This record gives sequence, C-alpha cells and structure tokens, in this order.
Amino acid sequence: MLKRTPLFDLHHAAGARLVDFGGWEMPLHYGSQLEEHQAVRTHCGVFDVSHMRVLDLTGPGSLPFLRTLLANDAGRLLPGQALYSCMLQDDGGVVDDLIVYRRAPADAYRLVVNAATAARDLAWMQRQQALFAALAAPGGATAFALQPQENLALIAVQGPGAARCLAQALPALAAPAQALAPFYAVEVGEVFVARTGYTGEDGFELALPAAQAAQTWRALVDAQAAPCGLGARDTLRLEAGMNLYGSDMDETVSPLESGLGWTVDLRSARAFIGREVLEQQRRDPDLRQLLGLKLLGRGVLRSHQAVDTAFGPGQITSGSVGPTVGTSIALARLPAGVGAGDEVSVQLRSGPAPALVVRPPFVRRGKVLV
Amino acid sequence: MNVPADLRYAPSHEWVRTEADGSLLVGITDFAQEALGDLVYIELPVVGRQYAAGAVIAVVESVKAASDIYAPLAGEVLAINEALKDAPEALNRDAFSAWLFRLKPANAAELGALLDAAAYQAQIEAQK
Repeated sequence: MLKRTPLFDLHHAAGARLVDFGGWEMPLHYGSQLEEHQAVRTHCGVFDVSHMRVLDLTGPGSLPFLRTLLANDAGRLLPGQALYSCMLQDDGGVVDDLIVYRRAPADAYRLVVNAATAARDLAWMQRQQALFAALAAPGGATAFALQPQENLALIAVQGPGAARCLAQALPALAAPAQALAPFYAVEVGEVFVARTGYTGEDGFELALPAAQAAQTWRALVDAQAAPCGLGARDTLRLEAGMNLYGSDMDETVSPLESGLGWTVDLRSARAFIGREVLEQQRRDPDLRQLLGLKLLGRGVLRSHQAVDTAFGPGQITSGSVGPTVGTSIALARLPAGVGAGDEVSVQLRSGPAPALVVRPPFVRRGKVLV
Repeated sequence: MNVPADLRYAPSHEWVRTEADGSLLVGITDFAQEALGDLVYIELPVVGRQYAAGAVIAVVESVKAASDIYAPLAGEVLAINEALKDAPEALNRDAFSAWLFRLKPANAAELGALLDAAAYQAQIEAQK
C-alpha cells in the first residue's frame, strides 16, 4: 500500500496521473508535464512535495552535531538562513543531499531530506547521535533531540510570479515572504516559509500543518498557480543543473565526483564524517567529474546511456527533454580531462549521436544559458 | 477512454482505418498516448518500403521513454504524416486523427485478425 500525502484527494479529483515515487502515490502530471514546466518558467506552478521528510533538531548539541554530520558547514548560518549540503559516509559516499535551516530560536535547526532515503537517513543520524554522545567531553553542551515531523504538508510555489501568487493566496504571508532573501526562511504563525526551490526560478517552499494543506493548495490554484507534478519537477531541476539523489549521486560516489564540490566546506579544521576521503580525492588528478551535456540534434538523452569521450568512457546520470532549452540535456559522470566546449558521442537507442559538454546550469531565471 | 467503433486495433495499441481506396491509415490509440505522456519526437517509416506484419515501422519518443510502433499488417508505406514531426503533441491531443502513415496492405484479409473495438476495449480494461 503506497503512502499518500494530505493532498492526495485533491490530486485525484484533478485527474492527476499518479505514480509510485519512493513508496508514495504522487502526481506525475495533471495532463501535460511539458505545459506544467512552461507554466513554472513563465508564471507560477504549485507542487505537493509532502513526501519529503522534515527532521527538527533542538538543543545545545544541535549545531556541534550538524558540523560533524554534514559536509557543508552549518556553523556559517545566520538565523533564518538555509544551506544545501550532502551527508556523507565515512568513505565519502553520499547518504543523502538535504537542506538545513537555522531557525529563529537558539539551538533549533530544521532538515528536509528526500522521501526515498528518509528512513535510512534517520537511522544513520540516530547512530551518529549515539556516537556523538559517547565521544562527548563530560560537561559539554552536547545534548539534542532529533524529531521527525509527521504532521506537516510541504508545498512549493515556483516561478517568476510566485511572490504574487503567494501574496494573493495567503495575504498574511505576503510581506514576510516578499522580504525574504534567497535561501532564507521565516515562520509566520504555523507556516514555515523558505525562499528555496528545485526549479531555478524564484519561489518558496512552505511547511504547514497537514490540516491546512488542502485549503492552502486551493487558494494557490485560485491565485493562478498551475498544479505541477513530478514530471515537470524533474525537467525543471535538470535544466537548473540541480542533482537528483539516486540518479546523479548515491552512496557509491562522493560529492566531488558529483558536481557538488561547492557544497563541501574544507576551509576550517572542522572534522566531519567523510572529510579525510574528500581531502585525498581533491589531490587525485584522475577523479571523475559531473558535467552537463546538450544533445546536438534530435532524440532524448537518458540515464545510463554510455558517453564516448577523448579521455575514455563516461555515463549519463540524468537525462531528459529540456523544454526551455529546446534540446535534450543531461548530467553525466565523465573522466577527468573532459571540459566544457568538448564534443562527445552518446549511445542513444537509435545509435551514436553528438553532444556538447556544457557547465550547468542550462537555464536560470527563465533564461537559457547554453 | 475513447475507442472508435469503426477502427480495427492491434494488441500493441495501433489503430487501423480502411480508406475508400483500400489503403490503410495507421496511428496509435488514446490509451497508448496517455500511457506514453507528452510526445517529443516521432520517427516515421520510409515511403515506398515494404514491412512485414509485426516489424518495427515507426518510433515515438515521449518524455518518459521511446516506444516502437509495429506494422499491424504486412504492406508498403504509401505516405507519412510529415506534419507530425514538427508537432508531436498533436498525437497527445487527438490520437485518432493523428495518423502516422498510410499502408497498402499486402493482403487485406489480414485485417480480420486484428481486434474490433469491443475486443480492444476489453483488452485495455483488463490492463488498467
């Protein structure tokens, strides 16, 4: 039996095509994923992302713990600020990618993790919590609670018109949301609003009590936000050059092999899980890299297709139609030495086809960059 | 789900319409286009080429996956719907109007082996 979000009945009533995503019955689209993609790039779309899991940390040990747990440094966060990070194994492999928010009260942090990996993430974090407590100096402020939030709905509002849609649908949020800088969050009553997203456009991600989800969704739709499913979510994030856990990285590769070196903070002497392996990898001239591909011609690039380069073979990790770019695009793990501007050959279903190596993102704020 | 009564159907979701001159128009059904999702590319057969029944005669590619289209009967391709190449979404919008190619059947009697509307309807009901 697949899990259902608080908005399931609305998706079903809207005629959504429903699919199994990480054990959740989610809308793939409501008629046309290409139209939904376009709606987000040109005005505003609304997504049910309640399958993602929220974990709250409270207590004086929260920050010291996060600084050992995550490859990016949560110690840099100002109140209200958010950070994108990978959580690593001891061998540098990625357990999950996530966003961590520093909340307004002291010693309070919120993590949002992927649906498919949530149970594993929680088990990993609980184990690390036990190790952290066991290794703590006596008398140190290391206590913290790790609490999964089971009663929240998550709704994303994305697009150049997102602020306007949000203001019209939820007037109490209008001024605080508008005032948010990108990657900052604020709490207005029971609603947590973050200026974050997975589309490369302006937008907001809301966490709110499940009981308010349906009326919030309806208000956003009435304010001209187009319901958008996972199909559009995938083409939007790929164009925005954003990784998808499970495709672009998993526990067998490190962030450095996944285009996520920018999310690893090695500037201080901070010890974090996986640090040693990353430091070794940084000195490896043969380390693989994740780059973008733009297909030159007809067809569709897809996951796992083989890539032939002057430096050896590579593989596509995520591929799809790029509706705004106008051609198929992909992320691919390629050998060291390949660079943006190189032409490579991809083994499509129909035979070899030329593709151009590009540095992601492919699209930002509605503008094609490649 | 739309299943016009005047067409014949292959179990692999192609529809066949017999024209006044005995040639056959072939397309894919509403069930097929819905399963495929938004179509982005269509590869049509070569005009003048002969195809055996069941041979791969065209390819449609959607956001989700590429899908082979099979010749419902043996025959020669007389014409292809070129306009579809630039507007593959037409197939999603109206699957039974968006013909892919016109076939001159090698043996028109083979039409009898295809499903009628009721049989195809039953097949797709069972697939749900």
